[in-house]
Amino acid sequence: MARAVSRRTRLTNTAVAGALGFLMFFPILWILVLAFKTEEDAIRAPLEVLFGSGWTMESFTTVQERSDYFKHFSNSVVISLGSTLLGLLVAVPAAWSMAFVPSKHTRNVLMWMLSTKMLPPVGVLVPIYLIFRDLDLLDSRFGLTVVLMLINLPIIIWMLYTYFREIPGEILEAARMDGATLREEILYVLTPMAIPGIASTVLLNIILAWNEAFWTINLTASNAAPLTQFITSYSSPEGLFYAKLSAASVMAIAPILIMGWFSQKQLVRGLTFGAVK
Amino acid sequence: MGRIQLKRVQKKFGDVEVIPPLDLEIEDGEFVVFVGPSGCGKSTLLRLIAGLEDTTSGTIEIDGSDATATPPAKRGLAMVFQSYALYPHMSVRRNIAFPMRMAKMSREEQDRRIEAAARSLNLTEYLDRRPGQLSGGQRQRVAIGRAIVREPAAFLFDEPLSNLDAALRVGMRMEISELHRKLDTTMIYVTHDQVEAMTMADKIVVLHAGVIEQVGSPLELYRHPRNLFVAGFIGSPKMNFIEGDEAAGHGAHAIGIRPEHVDVSTTEGPWRGTVGVAEHLGSDTFIHIHGIPGCDPFTVRAPGDVAVSHGDAVFLTPSAPHIHRFDAKGLRIA
Amino acid sequence: MSTKASRSAAKVMISPAVLLLLGWMLVPLCLTLYFSFLRYNLLQIGDTPFAGWENYYWFITDPSFKAAIKNTLVLVGGVLAITTVGGLFAAILLDRPMFGTGIIRIMVIAPFFVMPTVSALVWKNMFMNPVNGIFGRVATSLGFQPVDFFGQIPMASIIMIVSWTWLPFATLILLTALQSLDQEQLEAAEMDGAGWWNRFWFIMLPHLARAITVVILIQTIFLLSIFAEILVTTNGGPGTATTNLTYLIYVSSLLQFDVGMGSAGGVIAIILANIVAIFLMRMIGRNLDA
Repeated sequence: MARAVSRRTRLTNTAVAGALGFLMFFPILWILVLAFKTEEDAIRAPLEVLFGSGWTMESFTTVQERSDYFKHFSNSVVISLGSTLLGLLVAVPAAWSMAFVPSKHTRNVLMWMLSTKMLPPVGVLVPIYLIFRDLDLLDSRFGLTVVLMLINLPIIIWMLYTYFREIPGEILEAARMDGATLREEILYVLTPMAIPGIASTVLLNIILAWNEAFWTINLTASNAAPLTQFITSYSSPEGLFYAKLSAASVMAIAPILIMGWFSQKQLVRGLTFGAVK
Repeated sequence: MGRIQLKRVQKKFGDVEVIPPLDLEIEDGEFVVFVGPSGCGKSTLLRLIAGLEDTTSGTIEIDGSDATATPPAKRGLAMVFQSYALYPHMSVRRNIAFPMRMAKMSREEQDRRIEAAARSLNLTEYLDRRPGQLSGGQRQRVAIGRAIVREPAAFLFDEPLSNLDAALRVGMRMEISELHRKLDTTMIYVTHDQVEAMTMADKIVVLHAGVIEQVGSPLELYRHPRNLFVAGFIGSPKMNFIEGDEAAGHGAHAIGIRPEHVDVSTTEGPWRGTVGVAEHLGSDTFIHIHGIPGCDPFTVRAPGDVAVSHGDAVFLTPSAPHIHRFDAKGLRIA
Repeated sequence: MSTKASRSAAKVMISPAVLLLLGWMLVPLCLTLYFSFLRYNLLQIGDTPFAGWENYYWFITDPSFKAAIKNTLVLVGGVLAITTVGGLFAAILLDRPMFGTGIIRIMVIAPFFVMPTVSALVWKNMFMNPVNGIFGRVATSLGFQPVDFFGQIPMASIIMIVSWTWLPFATLILLTALQSLDQEQLEAAEMDGAGWWNRFWFIMLPHLARAITVVILIQTIFLLSIFAEILVTTNGGPGTATTNLTYLIYVSSLLQFDVGMGSAGGVIAIILANIVAIFLMRMIGRNLDA
């Protein structure tokens, strides 16, 4: 298996990969730094910013006071959590059917579900926008939650399906022999066994919903605007206030960065529909 | 109570007929083994009885009432799966309790039965562990425990020992036989291993391509195999078959002689051959002999201390009363 | 494991998902198709007469359509080239033994979790701004004329921003695929006298072929719909220099309120995406059998 590698090779690898890591991470690192600076310090030369200025939390408070940051934050939370949980409710039974009672149609159904994910959102933007307008759902958290649930549903079903398929059918049969009803079988046997899979599905979906920037921008204005839309208000000229832009950005990406780190592996499975494990 | 009757039971998957219509009766308290090579339909047959698969046609009666359409949970049968199918997220105690919990049995009764099952299966000190922390044999016992507590009309075993190592398998074989003697409940046991079938069964059902080749007690099958398939399948090492002139001399298309029914001599006998490989097991020696017309190699079971080696010339004398004769269709000539 | 009872239960259990997705797909799709044949502008009150192929005609002959197609191709192609090659390089690098693997891997992958609007704005203002941006400052301090990224090389700038997001995706997937490569295969090749390049070319690359295809196809699906990055940086400009198909349709339908025209564009976008989707689905479908 893994061979012993000399310390020198190891160090060289570390240096090269570390440089790549630093380059990729630098923009995030930079907003992390600037978020804790005053506006005046934030536009000084990079080295001066780092070593020649103090630290402050003032940008965070300004962002909150000026634009009610927490309203948008809570919109993001409600919409991404809500769409994920709703999706789970529909997807668990569907994935159960396909994983444990496969028929000759299962494959086609799965592929068809996937194909709905391939539909470019802009292709249905107009009708969805008009339907939302007529139903008075524009700029509503409920409307957006439903849309995000629908666009991510194929991914939730697929992920759960691939996890469920790894659970031996004999265990569910044993439950059935033991007298469990379908509801008991799913509730007491399947779900607890699939907890790790369900958790990563949930995690990935929250990430996707949190970062979704087509429907959130086009279907909301202010009331239901999640962070993706809120940040666009820094487009110009407010974006030139680096400290505030940084503070707002840090708060928008921090929760997801943390979640993302936990779900690296599952991400691959989810985003490639199981084609790469 | 556990009398199971299959009447013209047939199973198709799509257009493929896995089990052509068959009849079978299993008496209450009997230990029945379904044996056959892999893919012969024995597991499917068991799953039909369990209710995990629908019959395509025919009826399954349990204790005289038609259970063909009854869901698995309501048939009063318990099953031990090949993979044990323990619930990995539950402790041993909760695994064993699961069927009683589903049946809404009282807590006291559950505890009483768990204790009793654990005691008889030597699981008492493992009750609070998870299946993942147990050895293969212990898992097997938990699976059996989970089946016992339901006090089922019959136990179904689906190749329960195939995941255990050889030594453990012998031990578990005895335990299951012991259990059957103690509970006196019907047991249906599926295996591809004829040794398990011979040692455990009251009645063996030999299946081949979905068809029942023969039903009978172990010794019946050994002594009077109904056809070439059963003759070759039951017994180890396999029976030797000779075709051609030698068979014609016995008025048959083929004759069969078991390795243990042949005498070996270095000096005299009607058949002459050369020793190929000799497998010394200590108690016995299996000698593979070349040069016998119509059967190559011919296997002989000789005593452990027989002194032959590769290349020796030997003479064989079959024991006349033990020669099995088969006609051109492969059926036994009585 | 199936009996009539479990099969009918399965049908019931799957139907909500099927119905929801069916509704989500069919209703808007039919409406888009329907609208695309109407003369329908939200600013004009009155009827919406049937217009035949008029919308398609005007949408396709509009010079910005040609520009948008070109821009879409350049954007998708540019990002794909950077992320696939870069991702391959990064994956091989990260797969080698080193200290602090976990930390370094996380640093490389982190950009993927940054929402598109944030990444675009941060790059636009804090890095690519010619006066106060870091690139500008570095250039000035070295005595060069700073580049006005969004004025002079708008498309390249957007390609760079988008690549920053998607390079981690490619890296992550290729790395996962690389880790599933049997080490013994590589050792066997080494015993057979294959040097590093030969091992890469004859063993690693063929092993990764499938993952690379998946990366390309999935990214294409997402990259065809790039929107937020353009909206917050260039608004499609200067002129139509960074207007891709998605953005063009957004402009005609939600900024010019021309429902008919926007829908015609939508139908075209769907057709284009489907061409890619067919290949992707085949790949995934093949995997489903395995």
